[in-house]
Amino acid sequence: MTAAGSNVAVVGPTAGRRVGAFAERWLLKLFTVAAIGYLLVPILVMIVFSFNKPEGKFNFVWAEFSLDAWAAPLNRPGLSDALWTSILVAIVGTFFATILGTLIALALVRYRFRGRNATNLFIFVPMATPEIVLGASLLTIFVSTATLEPFKSIIPSGIFYPLGLPTIIIAHVMFNISYVVVTVKARIQGFDRHLEEAAMDLGANEWTTFWKITFPLIRPGIVAAALLAFSLSIDDFIVTNFTSGLVNTFPVWVWGTIRNNLPPQVHVIGTAIFLIAVGGVAIATWLQSRGGRTVAMRPR
Amino acid sequence: MALLRSRRAIPYLLMAPGLLWLLLFFVIPNVQMLVFSLSEGTLRTGFTTPPDVWDIENYTGSISKFSGNFSNSIVYGGLATILCFLIGYPLAYAIAFKGGRWKNLLLFLVIAPFFTSFLIRTISWKIILGNDGPVLAIARDVLHLVPANFSIIGSPLAVVGGLTYQFLPFMVLPLYVSIEKVDRRLIEAAQDLYAGPWRRGGMIAGALFGAFALIALQVGLGYGAFIGEDAAPAAVAAAALVGALVGGLVGAFLISQSFIRVTFPLSLPGVFAASILTFIPAIGDYVNPQLLGSPKTQMVGNVIQGRFLDQNDYPIAAALAFLLMAGILLAIFLYAKLLGTEELTGGTA
Repeated sequence: MTAAGSNVAVVGPTAGRRVGAFAERWLLKLFTVAAIGYLLVPILVMIVFSFNKPEGKFNFVWAEFSLDAWAAPLNRPGLSDALWTSILVAIVGTFFATILGTLIALALVRYRFRGRNATNLFIFVPMATPEIVLGASLLTIFVSTATLEPFKSIIPSGIFYPLGLPTIIIAHVMFNISYVVVTVKARIQGFDRHLEEAAMDLGANEWTTFWKITFPLIRPGIVAAALLAFSLSIDDFIVTNFTSGLVNTFPVWVWGTIRNNLPPQVHVIGTAIFLIAVGGVAIATWLQSRGGRTVAMRPR
Repeated sequence: MALLRSRRAIPYLLMAPGLLWLLLFFVIPNVQMLVFSLSEGTLRTGFTTPPDVWDIENYTGSISKFSGNFSNSIVYGGLATILCFLIGYPLAYAIAFKGGRWKNLLLFLVIAPFFTSFLIRTISWKIILGNDGPVLAIARDVLHLVPANFSIIGSPLAVVGGLTYQFLPFMVLPLYVSIEKVDRRLIEAAQDLYAGPWRRGGMIAGALFGAFALIALQVGLGYGAFIGEDAAPAAVAAAALVGALVGGLVGAFLISQSFIRVTFPLSLPGVFAASILTFIPAIGDYVNPQLLGSPKTQMVGNVIQGRFLDQNDYPIAAALAFLLMAGILLAIFLYAKLLGTEELTGGTA
């Protein structure tokens, strides 16, 4: 290190520092703007092409401006059903995943018990598994219930196979649980236990303490987890593709249609979902900033 | 005593429903897939499963038959991870250290792609990189950089570009978290102790890394043979030269000693987590190669998808899925050894 240090002195520290300072100030800024631009360009393309009137069956090349697709956003066979299925799956899946995941998170942070580290590790595994393996393995078990002993004699046909809405929801709850656990855990960890002790000292029992003190304080974490689960669920394609059978969600419908045509309605729905999501986040941020910071959260 | 015992059961009761769900719909399905991977038969004919038959052929046969798809997966996934790192680290650094009051907005913009569908983002790249799209319109028709019959869609470049785009936020977010945690006082201390620009060391390290990255890109994307087989060595040498030049300049002028001795080592757990989180979905993806690639650029995900959903050839598909999983676990293990990180799961965090 000393060799390199003396070397710098020989070259001339001021010139080097100036170049470095200039680079840090402007190049990094420029790079950041370019990288963010790179992330946003496909979204911009999606919005622009929702106003396109394509010449052929595929909305790949700009032809002329038109509001046709926006005027009839669901005017494609199966599109409206697929969209409603997506929303239904996301709501039901998020509901169950949030409850199951929050309970695990509570147990992992609040209690010391045998098997805690193993559970932490186990929760991580589904997130580290590629989606295609999650989907494929679910498909094998669903198929097994219809074709293989002993599943065939235990599980009545129609529960898991043929595939459909129930199997999509089962899959979405499965892959969302881990994300909920991780998100809620992060929130509970910054939590001041003394508030609960104070409530207990003032005569509240555990049940009252939980609903009056604990739950309101970890609610932002639960809401964040639910939002994450909802967005993962409504956007999921790979796992859904394996578990949906003949039922379409919006992404599965797009995947099916793109073999033959790609109507601008796809871009309209995509843009609408994007705008609703961004609006939701903006409102949530605004509400949070209005509510101020929760006093009970310790700064880390 | 009864009270104590019931209190001890509380965490298990809380976890029971969720863990049961994961047992039923994550663990057992994977066991069942293992069973299928050693079975014979199709959905139509029915399956013969272990212990009646142990069909190892599913594994050995598919390794040799689909070796091209496996190598595509590894090469494209690896290149996408390297590119994500090269774009993502400076971005995460800028947000964490220079973000100021824009920090939250910048983070929001990084995850903004998640608010649109994965498929629609890929379709957008098909539009952008298409033969009638804006990129080729400029490069081919205005600047005449590429021949008239040149196309990006269908090439490995398009697939790797799509993968890089899709998983860049997975790279940036963990990197941001770990860079943000770096104690600024340590950097100040380093500067007080005369940590300056990196200069000679930076030039050498940057040049080596740059040359490696560009050679990997060029060979991995198959552009060595693009100019003609004979020119391949020259093309590789040219790539190495360009990479070394750019890397050397960056290393010498833009990277300080305090960064390479303090900030970067402290952010290594984030680098580890981020590259794993990028590599895993990238290597298993089948949407990008399907929409942006050609039959030549199909990855192992495409084969698994096709075997499962179109041909109902469950044994081969299950074997392929297990090989993919095994490859990922092996990669994570080697990588953990390489970086010496034990924080795979973030410990208790």
